[in-house]
Amino acid sequence: MPISLQSTLPRTYRIKQIEQDTENVRSYTFDGSLGSKPGQFVMVWLPGVDEVPMSVAFDDGATTKITFFAVGDMTIELAKCKVGDLVGLRGPFGTCYEWKPGQHIALVAGGYGAAPMYFIARSTVEHGCTLEVIVGARDKHNLLYLEEFEKLRHVSLHIATDDGSAGYKGYNTEVLEKLLSSCIPEKSKKKKECSPVDQIFACGPEPMLLAVRDIAAAHGIPSQLSMSRYMKCGFGLCGNCVVDPLGIRLCVEGSVVHNDVSQKIEEFGKYKRDELGKKKSFGN
Amino acid sequence: MNLSQTILGVDFENPTVLASGIMGITASSWRYCVQNGAGAITTKSLWPVEHQGNRNPTIIATENWTLNAVGVPDAGPEKAKAEIGDFMKTHEVPLIANIIGLSADEFASIAAVIATLKPDFVEVNISTPTFLKLRGKLFAEDGNEAGAILKAVKKEIGSIPMFAKLTPNVTNIGEIAKACIDAGADGITAINTAGPGMAIDLRSRMPILAAHKGGLSGPALKPIAVRCVAEIYEATGGKVPIIGTGGVYTGEDALEMMLAGASLVGIGTAIWQRGIDVFSKVCDEIQMWCTNEGVDNVSDMIGGMHKELLKRGVKGTGMKHA
Repeated sequence: MPISLQSTLPRTYRIKQIEQDTENVRSYTFDGSLGSKPGQFVMVWLPGVDEVPMSVAFDDGATTKITFFAVGDMTIELAKCKVGDLVGLRGPFGTCYEWKPGQHIALVAGGYGAAPMYFIARSTVEHGCTLEVIVGARDKHNLLYLEEFEKLRHVSLHIATDDGSAGYKGYNTEVLEKLLSSCIPEKSKKKKECSPVDQIFACGPEPMLLAVRDIAAAHGIPSQLSMSRYMKCGFGLCGNCVVDPLGIRLCVEGSVVHNDVSQKIEEFGKYKRDELGKKKSFGN
Repeated sequence: MNLSQTILGVDFENPTVLASGIMGITASSWRYCVQNGAGAITTKSLWPVEHQGNRNPTIIATENWTLNAVGVPDAGPEKAKAEIGDFMKTHEVPLIANIIGLSADEFASIAAVIATLKPDFVEVNISTPTFLKLRGKLFAEDGNEAGAILKAVKKEIGSIPMFAKLTPNVTNIGEIAKACIDAGADGITAINTAGPGMAIDLRSRMPILAAHKGGLSGPALKPIAVRCVAEIYEATGGKVPIIGTGGVYTGEDALEMMLAGASLVGIGTAIWQRGIDVFSKVCDEIQMWCTNEGVDNVSDMIGGMHKELLKRGVKGTGMKHA
């Protein structure tokens, strides 16, 4: 029987560094690596409180970074931690993003989805990829990882805010649509100037992912999307993160899903299940 | 080589069964297991009213064992009706509805709802370690308590075959099984998780599971499950079907469980390491082993160890023979 490389038993790590990214968003860097790949998630355990799944914001083989929004019981408690405090990690779990060296890729990041997107950007750029990074948020105060993206080579950065306080006024998916439409060869007078992207990667709120999925499909461009559902075990046993009608588990067959799979997930953008398995509509 | 059997009037294409508590939350997830070879599926435990589970961490594992203290969460009968109703529209394989409650009345109440959905079997969970948190002991520790629950359920489900799911945490599981059969059970599912066990994080000095303790499953459970199935088979004279569950990962594990006396074999934790297609892998492995050994019907393996002992003049598996 092959022994899994992932850790399914949490082990506590000390917080090495804390960054306060926005009013409610913090990043913790831990002294230790789980060998996470871009797009994978870890289960983050605060002893005596709770354990929740979080996308990995960075893993350089020696340290692990997470970026989280202090919004629920667990993350509000987690936000109170200081450097040196202990937090449990297990994983990495789920699928990761896939690309070929030298590809031109559009990365669409909504809210704190910018954190895992930065991990992907770093890794793809190292493989000679060129990127169109489209970061979106409510307003300029909630934009994340802009400086980090700007420091990367071969990245063209686009910004969108709902209130127009920075960059394009509107959704980042509108920026994506404009970018792709401007790249349709038939409409371009100088074909050389047109560089349609090879793939689209997206991480953010589900309505945004749904829009990206449909835009990508309309343009015939492959997409990979980070979906999330309520998770307990993280390794495919509890069945809490299964999606209708496929029955696949987003902790094993996801959380990064390719367009052929996301097209078949009928609950995508419509509902998700709570910890009891009850359907909850998006927007409620 | 033939993997199929008819048990209590229900046809099974192969002996693998998705065990209760694993992947069993929606009709879609059951169908996903069926696509991957499951011969039957068991629902998660269904309560008469909505029941909250424990906080995370609820499931932790190493390659040798898994501990879980999920706390048997369930959304209640409306969701059960919707999901079972959906599955029964196609009904590709038998469905075993697992039910739970905290009293004979509660068990009867959910049994009455479930009976209307016409599952192939009803499995009565009288053995989850979560009972230790909710009422201090398991029904399955006591033959009389177990019997009272089973009688109440039987009254509601009529002719639907009833299986009692037992705990290994008793001195004499054979006696408990006999008491269950006397109370109207048509078969036995053995075993539920053992323990409970505990795991502690060194640096924080804290128990890892939010509920502190959890039921043990995985490879370490198999020898205990095999022993329990053997004792139940002996105690019931090999006359009632047993769903042997606990640490089954491979076709050989499944066949060993059948030699001990199981007719069907539950698979749960193995989904993690062997993948969701563990069901078809186990079936392939059973086919290969049986073909090589000249076994035509998988059902020929049931109780094989007991027959062999008898042939050698050894009566039963009591340790005095050692």
